[in-house]
Amino acid sequence: MSNEPDQARATAPVSARTVLSSDDIDRALTRIAHEIIEANKGTGDLVLLGIPSRGFPLAQRLARRIAATEPGLDPASITGQLDVTMYRDDLRRSTTRTPVPTLLPAGGIDDKVVVLVDDVLYSGRTIRAALDALADFGRPRIVRLAVLVDRGHRELPIRADHVGKNLPTATTEKVRVHLAEVDGANENEVLIEARA
Amino acid sequence: MKHLLSTADLSRLDAIRILDIAEEMAAVGTREVKKLPALRGRTVVNLFFEDSTRTRISFEAAAKRLSADVINFSAKGSSVSKGESLKDTAQTLQAIGADAVVIRHGASGAPARLAATDWIDAPVINAGDGTHEHPTQALLDAFTLRAHWSKLHGHTSLGSDLAGMRVAIVGDILHSRVARSNLWLLRTLGAEVTMVAPPTLLPHGSASWPATISYDLDATLATGVDAVMMLRVQGERMHESFFPNTREYSRLWGFDDARLAALDASERSETIIMHPGPMNRGLEISSAAADSPRSTVLAQVANGVAVRMAVLYLLLSGNQQRPQSPDAPRPAGL
Amino acid sequence: MSTNTTYLIRGAKPLGEAAADILIAGGTILAMGTDAASHEAAAGATVIGAEGQIALPGLVDLHTHLREPGREDAETVETGTRAAALGGFTSVHAMANSNPVADTAGVVEQVWSLGRRSGWVDVRPVGAVTVSLAGTQLSEIGAMADSRAAVRVFSDDGICVFDPLIMRRALEYVKAFDGVIAQHAQEPRLTEGAQMNEGEVSAVLGLAGWPAVAEESIIARDVLLAEHVGSRLHVCHVSTAGSVEIIRWAKSRGVNVTAEATPHHLLLTEDLVTSYDPVFKVNPPLRREADVMALRAGLADGTIDIVGTDHAPHPAEDKECEWAAAAMGMTGLETALSVVQHTMIETGMITWADVARVLSTTPAQIGRVTDQGRPLAVGEPANITLVDADARWVVDPYAMATKGRNSPFKDLELPGAVTAVFFHGHPTVLDGALNTPRITEGL
Repeated sequence: MSNEPDQARATAPVSARTVLSSDDIDRALTRIAHEIIEANKGTGDLVLLGIPSRGFPLAQRLARRIAATEPGLDPASITGQLDVTMYRDDLRRSTTRTPVPTLLPAGGIDDKVVVLVDDVLYSGRTIRAALDALADFGRPRIVRLAVLVDRGHRELPIRADHVGKNLPTATTEKVRVHLAEVDGANENEVLIEARA
Repeated sequence: MKHLLSTADLSRLDAIRILDIAEEMAAVGTREVKKLPALRGRTVVNLFFEDSTRTRISFEAAAKRLSADVINFSAKGSSVSKGESLKDTAQTLQAIGADAVVIRHGASGAPARLAATDWIDAPVINAGDGTHEHPTQALLDAFTLRAHWSKLHGHTSLGSDLAGMRVAIVGDILHSRVARSNLWLLRTLGAEVTMVAPPTLLPHGSASWPATISYDLDATLATGVDAVMMLRVQGERMHESFFPNTREYSRLWGFDDARLAALDASERSETIIMHPGPMNRGLEISSAAADSPRSTVLAQVANGVAVRMAVLYLLLSGNQQRPQSPDAPRPAGL
Repeated sequence: MSTNTTYLIRGAKPLGEAAADILIAGGTILAMGTDAASHEAAAGATVIGAEGQIALPGLVDLHTHLREPGREDAETVETGTRAAALGGFTSVHAMANSNPVADTAGVVEQVWSLGRRSGWVDVRPVGAVTVSLAGTQLSEIGAMADSRAAVRVFSDDGICVFDPLIMRRALEYVKAFDGVIAQHAQEPRLTEGAQMNEGEVSAVLGLAGWPAVAEESIIARDVLLAEHVGSRLHVCHVSTAGSVEIIRWAKSRGVNVTAEATPHHLLLTEDLVTSYDPVFKVNPPLRREADVMALRAGLADGTIDIVGTDHAPHPAEDKECEWAAAAMGMTGLETALSVVQHTMIETGMITWADVARVLSTTPAQIGRVTDQGRPLAVGEPANITLVDADARWVVDPYAMATKGRNSPFKDLELPGAVTAVFFHGHPTVLDGALNTPRITEGL
């Protein structure tokens, strides 16, 4: 979950450059969708759980692409949202976060192949929280991780199975993902913002 | 939000946020593992100077579902009954390392004292103080009302308030902390409130409250209300001449079978009947009313845990570096 | 300690009027004005530079709780009278609700002699109206009046003499001794469990109300009783606008009634209770702003005769607790004059001559203290308080001489500082600090 506090968005960065265009994002998601199907040897037992707020629309986009390969498969039936707020390790450090609903597909997650979907993989702490949250909802057979961007700087032994783009960054830079579902119709890109 | 002392301190956005978070908390109760790790390693003290098993176990369940450790400190069998002061008790809890204090006290303002002094610097949650306030009861009532109101109007409850809802609060307003907390919160959330009571059980000075005051329950019901909140009335009040006897009280201000029948016969099929419990069946509410499909008494209890989880989460998460407690009001020259 | 007992006060303004030097010797005012410095006794006098300061007759408090005997943890005669001297007083009336209650000649003489031994001010014990303040049987009023303490003021203060027949008898009985009944007007049934003024604030705070009518109904009854039996009535700590109206009406009928307001009721309102800080808990309670204004108007027009402090020190543990458990009362001796200056002088409602009347002359007359509250004139007892009216200070309860830390004026900036106090010619306060007590022969 890379959504920074809102006030960070309000402060204009010194410079911002686009690293993924809307088309780049589409191509990356299409590739990831194929990788997921291939790794899973089909769509059986597949569940895509997006991590709020931008992981969820990404999971929906992936689900649509995956469902397109199998007639009769409803993308909504394999998509869900996993809120990790209560499992974070920084609850006492940052401003209080408001939890959002966890929405699981009707079939649940027991014995499923769960693909966690997030926009940016950074320290790995969000994914750690997601793995803990997942355990409180059931016991998947396999858990995989798909991210749109991996910007490095891991602080935990976590890696992604499917990556849209590896993006070398400095820790002083911010990676912003704008998605139409969350950020408005004309927003669909990945930016790197650097301070002076 | 550092403490929860009074619903009068809550803005509309604060209140809606608590109710929204409570909805997420309520979902935990339906899960396989009914527990969240959010308050792991934190200690919540239930400091109860008055017996209230219902409120205490509700707070205890809320804290435990958030993985907090809970210490129940009740006045009975403790040093409090040997005359230890509130200050010494608070300093003891501070020394033990309490991260939050849930306090129930017979004296109005006791939680405010804990919050204003340097006896303890943990967040203070008012679990009912004297005849002052009971903010978490009002929040759970608002949660219950909002669920009903949004369902009735076919919209999502998340983010919504109680605009346009008409609520009657009936009974011993004078001695009721529930009534006060509900009045401020319901008004903040946009509901219209009518207070119905015998004149002896309305506080002197309540005429300026943002509520319609009525002595006539039937007239109030006839105007059409969306919810009727019955308050517990203590039979002993009749010995203090607040009313002649329980029979007359029940006839004039109780939600009895006749009023239930009248409501059922009216157009108002959706009016709900609330009670904070414990109920005096046959006095302020008849058994038929308490057990009718209109009654939300058990939903209120269930919602209490979720609301208290939300409050504990809000007070115990977030940046713990707090500013000094605001200065108490100082005398000012007129 | 200097053995010189002659003092020349230079440049002070008696009652705030034209400056006039004052020569003090042998406990009396020897000379005033241009005669003072040229008087033969002025040659060796210690000069007190008081240019621009106000000279008042030493202040007299008709309503002080010294707590001794019985609650020496709260205050003693020694600490209470030190506080009184620093506040500009030369006489205080010690209320009867000590333990044991001052309801016998023995107890009032004990308090009286403790006061004499302390030597900071004249301590005039108040006798209880009824035995143990129980309201059922008259205490030995005659014996107390005839004792060395020469008690003239009788009060069950803290508790109302509620029984109308007992009140009637008390009013009648004290006539034999030129006494006065100082009534704490509080209808007990209307104030059971009362915590604060009854009204909009109490309704919100959920604190049991102390309605104005509980005070007013007793005052109305008592002025009619005083009229009926032709006796003197003094109404302690009047706190409501309605009470002022009733007293104004009674005076217009010629009833022999006097009334008192406290400094805190002249300044503070019930809104302070919203903090639930028990430092604001007092009986009668802080009232509405309209009541404060009515009290000020009543004091200005003479309906209210005097300001009495109702100085009520309490140990910390009786205030560091929840509101309902806290003791009622506030300290006041060391802030009274400043609060009166702030509320009455600075608002232009009264003059310094009026201050002398309400804080010295009239209380002395009510208490029949013949050598206090006298004019600043040649031949009169040298009880003099000097006030720097231009000074401003921030109230710090921990810097006070009283044992009580329960000042509701904490952190408030107030005008006026007592710089010197002469008690029968002896400087108990000099340069705004305690000097030495006056040694009385024959103890």
